[in-house]
Amino acid sequence: MAEAGKVDPMHQFTIEPMFGTDHWEIAGYSIPFTNSALWMAITTVALFLFVWGGMKRQLVPGRWQMAVESMTSFVDNLLAANVGPAGKKYVPYIFSLFMFILFANVLGLLPLMLVGVHPFTFTSHFSATGVLAIMSFAIVLIVGFWRHGFHFFSLFVPHGTPLWLIWLIPVIELVSFLVRPFSLALRLFVAMMAGHVLLEVLSSFVIDSMNSGALWGTVVGLPSFLLMIAICALEILVAGIQAYVFALLTSLYLNDAENLH
Amino acid sequence: MEPASAKLIGAGLAAIGAGMAAIGVGNVFGSFLESALRNPGAADGQQGRLFIGFAAAELLGLLSFVVAMILIFVA
Repeated sequence: MAEAGKVDPMHQFTIEPMFGTDHWEIAGYSIPFTNSALWMAITTVALFLFVWGGMKRQLVPGRWQMAVESMTSFVDNLLAANVGPAGKKYVPYIFSLFMFILFANVLGLLPLMLVGVHPFTFTSHFSATGVLAIMSFAIVLIVGFWRHGFHFFSLFVPHGTPLWLIWLIPVIELVSFLVRPFSLALRLFVAMMAGHVLLEVLSSFVIDSMNSGALWGTVVGLPSFLLMIAICALEILVAGIQAYVFALLTSLYLNDAENLH
Repeated sequence: MEPASAKLIGAGLAAIGAGMAAIGVGNVFGSFLESALRNPGAADGQQGRLFIGFAAAELLGLLSFVVAMILIFVA
């Protein structure tokens, strides 16, 4: 779509092989080490360092330990409120999920272009968020069938369903159940992509208006630039909210699997 | 009408959905604040439900964004 000289808002999502690994392949499938994989690795390392720095187990916690402990107790409270006592065993999974998505979102927002590094938000790709959603959905299915057997299907017939609606409610419940992984993955990926596209479009306003003279630069470029700063703040908020919503919805689905309705 | 211009008009129409979702999200947070100020003690316990409502309302707006992006870049 984009002509030469225009800012292409979708270019930032391009997946490129890095470090000359573009000829790597297994059984005919190309598996290069991409920028997406690189940023997943960076996110993992950053998360590891963050948690490792807070594992000193001091009786009087320092700042770092306090930060890590407040995150774990946040996830702990989330599961206790939504799943109950049975949710305790899911704290490691939900904590990893929440922190991984949060770190990925925030790392993708860092203005590293100033030092020449292009930050890549891999949560703005459906393939990455889809795998996270499938993991959550698979855990729900495994736990549900493990604990309740075929009684798990009673999830599709809520308590108090009138008899004359017994042909309709299970169909609706089944559809809403099967749509869960898609809505989980789609929400995160679109929210991150929309924010980055918006920032890129606004930056193209600034650049193009500056190029067409001082008058347009002041009338269009300056307000766009101020709006961009505000949107950046909003994006940090969205990064946190989307990670929280992903963890919250996963814990709600786990509640269905653990306690049925 | 040419298909290319019809696509762009469709993408613009999809933006209506984003505006509608803005009404929905505003409604979620507005209603929450309204009742949270009446009973601040009960507000913290309802934050989970607040974000569930927010997520449901926001997803539908994001879907319209997906429709617009598909129309512009894919179709």
